[in-house]
Amino acid sequence: MTAFIIRRLIYMIPIVFGVLLVTFVLFTVVGGDISQQIAGKNADQQTIDEIRHEYGFDKPLFLSWDSQFIDHFKRAVTFDFGRAMDRERISEKIRRGVGPSLMLTGPMFCGELIVAVSLALIIAFVRGTVWDVSAVVICVAGMSIPYLSFIIFGQYFFAYKLDWFPIIYLPEEPMIKSVGLPIVIGIIAGLGAELRFYRTIMLDEIRNDYVRTAFAKGLSTSRVLFKHVLKNAMIPIITNVVLALPTLILGSFLLERFFGIPGLGYLMIEAIGSRDFFIINAMTFIFSLLIVVFTLLTDICYALVDPRISFK
Amino acid sequence: MSETTTQQNEPVSRGYWSDAFRRLRRRKLAMVCFIIVLIYAAMAAFVGIVETETFKKIFKLDVPIVRWNEQVGPSYQKPMAQYDFKPEQSETKVKGWSLFGTDFLGESTLRKTLYGVKTSMLVAFCASIISIGIGVPLGALAGYYRGWVDETIVWFYTTLGTIPYILLLMAFAVALRGREFFGVEIRGAPAVYLAIGLTSWVGLCRLIRGEIIKRKESEYVLAARAMGCSDFRILFSHLLPNVFHIILINFSLRFVSFIHAEVILSFLGLGENDKPSWGAMIDAARTELARDVWWEMAAATAAIFLISLALNIFSDALRDCLDPKLRID
Repeated sequence: MTAFIIRRLIYMIPIVFGVLLVTFVLFTVVGGDISQQIAGKNADQQTIDEIRHEYGFDKPLFLSWDSQFIDHFKRAVTFDFGRAMDRERISEKIRRGVGPSLMLTGPMFCGELIVAVSLALIIAFVRGTVWDVSAVVICVAGMSIPYLSFIIFGQYFFAYKLDWFPIIYLPEEPMIKSVGLPIVIGIIAGLGAELRFYRTIMLDEIRNDYVRTAFAKGLSTSRVLFKHVLKNAMIPIITNVVLALPTLILGSFLLERFFGIPGLGYLMIEAIGSRDFFIINAMTFIFSLLIVVFTLLTDICYALVDPRISFK
Repeated sequence: MSETTTQQNEPVSRGYWSDAFRRLRRRKLAMVCFIIVLIYAAMAAFVGIVETETFKKIFKLDVPIVRWNEQVGPSYQKPMAQYDFKPEQSETKVKGWSLFGTDFLGESTLRKTLYGVKTSMLVAFCASIISIGIGVPLGALAGYYRGWVDETIVWFYTTLGTIPYILLLMAFAVALRGREFFGVEIRGAPAVYLAIGLTSWVGLCRLIRGEIIKRKESEYVLAARAMGCSDFRILFSHLLPNVFHIILINFSLRFVSFIHAEVILSFLGLGENDKPSWGAMIDAARTELARDVWWEMAAATAAIFLISLALNIFSDALRDCLDPKLRID
């Protein structure tokens, strides 16, 4: 077991290195020298040179002990991403965004999961009937409507017309009031794809012999569905959930943008708007690292839970 | 091959493809969807051809429906209504009628939506081609050669797959935008499809690699090798045709997500800047809805909805027909 974990940890190194290489190529080699952009339009040559020196754009790219790639590497390993273009520390910005993002995506994810799994169980139970067909049609139709339209229409109708929710994030009110509508919209917009996915899983499960046995024993429908079938369908559900966990922290950038929730998605949109490569670079690295760690944890959990997995 | 030897009274043998397409043709709904997709493609091609200067010169024809930036009515004219309108240059008033209304500048929403078809289909098509062009050869090489080739390619796509997709896509779109490569500045639609295409090949590559690994020990490959075929020939004329249906299914399934990605990127201002696109139209609707201007968003949403629905249904049918083992319902 220890050897397995160590091997997996060693396997992480080339992946993390690869992520660093990709971000470096994107933002430093392709993105290029942005000192002119930082200095502004009317800056003279001397200011630009100073900025170029401060950010290290005058160093060689690779192949030197004092190259830009080594700097990039050092910044990532020490988690010291320096300052954004508005001179605030990037780590501070990210730390501030995690909370609001989780407040939005956490309940959204749980709600979505509960609704989708329960509905999928019921639909799998009535498979082949007109209810099943109409549910699939609605799912496909829901998947075809663009996410943006869901958000804009929801915000217009529920917040502006009916005035049930605040239109935009209110810093002085409790958070729950502002994230209510985005959560509902997020659940509805994502339901089509999720429901379809879980329906497939449930259909695979509900055709098994043990379901027939359970019904033959005289158990009630809800007991069979929510106790027996759900338990057996847990493995694919858990896999799906664990892989989605790290992206929860990332927030939902479109929802955050529309409702002005100051989370990480909002930070990302802002960074794109101002072409702040430093923030995008830091976020890319941190989230890739999170995903690597979560994948490792999942594998270890599987190995612990399922004795059939060998540690080779 | 077998047609020449088939006797009159023997049943006609059907190949894999003709059988699959026979099954597909029987599904009426899927065929309707396919026709919708073809209509969209034809509209995109029409707009793309008619707006070029060479077309205008050769045919001496200026088709009004592609002149999206012409002022056709007053600002925010309601759809399906008659209106009086005085164009800037002329003194007299003109009577007009618009199907989908006009936007803030008095441009026709219908024309903008039509132009959006071209933008969106072009982006999705080019992104698919780039994605397949990278994913399929890399996956095939990795699966066929294994060893260090495999390890390098797997390392590369695991790395890209580790970065959350939406971050990767936006990072590519931001970094590529406005850069010059070989003297060509990347902006507008090419920036979008390059970003989508360069980031979306990972899943396909993984899939093709797995299939090639599964099939490379098959008897037909061994037979080809025994006859002295080169690796290249085995890979590209024996193995790849056998996984072609997977590529086709993947192509149609992901076309929808590329259309939606284009909408989101345009909305974020990372897409076409001076030409209409559905994302930009939806973005405009953000402020317009409060003034009860709903038609611009409705037109863009309806256009996206129709093509996505048609593609979704058609790809499901295509998957069922081409790969019965993958059937889910």
